[in-house]
Amino acid sequence: MADNTSGFYSNPLVKWIEYRLPVFSAIDHMVGTQYPAPKNLNYWWNFGSLAGLCLVIQIVTGIVLVMHYTPHTSLAFDSVEHIMRDVNYGWLLRYMHANGASMFFIAVYIHIFRGLYYGSYKQPREILWFLGLIIFLLMMATAFMGYVLPWGQMSFWGATVITNLFSALPLVGEPIVTWLWGGFSVDNPTLNRFFSLHYLLPFVIVGIVILHILALHQHGSNNPLGIDTKGPQDKIPFHPYYTIKDLFGIGVFLIFFSFFLFYAPNFLGHPDNYIPADPLVTPEHIVPEWYFLPFYAILRSVPDKLGGVLLMFGAILILFLLPWLDTSKVRSAKFRPIYKQLFWVFVLACVGLTYAGGQPPEGLALIIGRVCTVYYFVHILVLMPLVGWFEKPHKLPASISEAVLKGDAAPGAAGSKA
Amino acid sequence: MKMTIKRSILVAAVALGFAAPAFAAGPAIEYQAQNWSFNGPFGTFDRGELQRGYQVYKEVCAACHSMKYVAFRNLRDIGFTEAEVKALAATFQVVDGPDDSGEMFERPALPSDKFPSPFPNEKAARSANGGAYPVDLSLVAKARVGGPDYLYALLTGYKEPPADFTVGEGLHYNEAFPGHQIAMPQPLNADQVTYADGKPATVEQMARDVSAFLMWAAEPKLEDRKRMGLKVMIFLIIMTGLFFAAKKRIWRDVH
Repeated sequence: MADNTSGFYSNPLVKWIEYRLPVFSAIDHMVGTQYPAPKNLNYWWNFGSLAGLCLVIQIVTGIVLVMHYTPHTSLAFDSVEHIMRDVNYGWLLRYMHANGASMFFIAVYIHIFRGLYYGSYKQPREILWFLGLIIFLLMMATAFMGYVLPWGQMSFWGATVITNLFSALPLVGEPIVTWLWGGFSVDNPTLNRFFSLHYLLPFVIVGIVILHILALHQHGSNNPLGIDTKGPQDKIPFHPYYTIKDLFGIGVFLIFFSFFLFYAPNFLGHPDNYIPADPLVTPEHIVPEWYFLPFYAILRSVPDKLGGVLLMFGAILILFLLPWLDTSKVRSAKFRPIYKQLFWVFVLACVGLTYAGGQPPEGLALIIGRVCTVYYFVHILVLMPLVGWFEKPHKLPASISEAVLKGDAAPGAAGSKA
Repeated sequence: MKMTIKRSILVAAVALGFAAPAFAAGPAIEYQAQNWSFNGPFGTFDRGELQRGYQVYKEVCAACHSMKYVAFRNLRDIGFTEAEVKALAATFQVVDGPDDSGEMFERPALPSDKFPSPFPNEKAARSANGGAYPVDLSLVAKARVGGPDYLYALLTGYKEPPADFTVGEGLHYNEAFPGHQIAMPQPLNADQVTYADGKPATVEQMARDVSAFLMWAAEPKLEDRKRMGLKVMIFLIIMTGLFFAAKKRIWRDVH
């Protein structure tokens, strides 16, 4: 075996190493010439590698930030300012890390919606989908705890509000909150454990990402047509085709990232977090970071605290059931005339939730939040199973290469131009 | 048609998604956007403006407000020479110690010292200001919705209250302040400072200068950031263009 793979390379040093450690063939099978990918992936498929890039950026900047940060209630805020003012390029590191979190969520949200549109969660990719959702949950936990670390007003009050949610649980609620805090309020023990976990969880995410990629490679990428690859004529090697396409995507994404980083580094943040945490002064409106707003809106659209908490967590947990709630055998929404429309309504509902989550829960914003919450759950729990049964999908092309040769196979198709 | 619906939803998504954090700040009073020299991707601080602003801060604001994250050495960034900074710092006394006998002592400030605070702690500050706490000004330009525009509006916002508006005991009417009642009395009055460059010290001029100075205090690396941004953007655009060309070439034969 080792003999065979080393024979594959001509460079003597590569050959020598490969004979002893098959690392080059491993890379080749992972993202190289030996990994066949469907030839019709469009640009929505770029966001997986972009999310991976964001994870790396967060870990690298985070590790350097930790060298200058002090996790103590009396020093945390000062140490962040020390980073911003006195550490060489500290402002760059911190703004990269803070805006990088937003970029990570942008990439991951688009990645998730791409999966929803093209049915990437369906058989045989259910576990791939689960692993993605676990990464998403871990990301949310990591981002939440990271936002607490600068110990500004929103850090403190965000932590107070979110940890307090658990107090809604009957019987165990209060003890759980005390346990999370490490005391009877959000204080130094809370900050210390959040710091510890904020450093740990990204590496757990790396582990799950490896499993996510392993699961991906078992059956290969889904594609815009949602049909299985039939043979070599449907595929191209990952390298150089998708490595260069991903690099181009990374370039565009970094330009977008840099716009925020260099010209509007505080646009996605909240001014109140430049005020040191004060347990005696509650901000007028406590709002989480933008990427949590849809879930915050769901939480607040329910008048009952426990109900809101359950619905908020339920909103993510029901995504685990999608492979079974979506009863359609057809993966890609391209061939599903009704589901395709509903998908965009679902996107609109999520946007509505984001808007409502950022507003005080009253008046029109509350109504929008409630309507969108209802649609969110109805879409997943009722419409997806029903549409799968009643919808008559368009005829699927026989193979990817056939569809590619004929041009766009379905009317109104959203690309496979790649 | 479907494409237009989809497009408009996407546009709405992006617009609302990014507007959300701005909305999140709550119903704020509209502040007139000022034409700051540091606005825009090529913006830089106006050194003269910052030095005048520092003078207003030092002679007016610093009587009550601390600025504890800024050091005298930082003033070199706004155009003071090393000797000037040294001489300026030496006019302030700071507490140091303990010395060899265990006593704290006062000494003239060094360029490495942070600006000394007017009060030893928050309690002392409140007690001297009728219960109100004059906030630290190091970050105030980033800690308020509207930033320097808001600060300018606040400093020039002291007006006679409308007839039907009752101002509470010890409070002052201000157009820009949320709730319109602020504990701080009008801090700037015409000709309160004498500018070395001869600029007339109107309330508007002083408010503008000190707001710009506070923006610098809150974001001292703003110029570095925008300068680096330009280089990075040029690099990224060229790199991305090359990637795009390479992608086109590599994909030429696929289909």
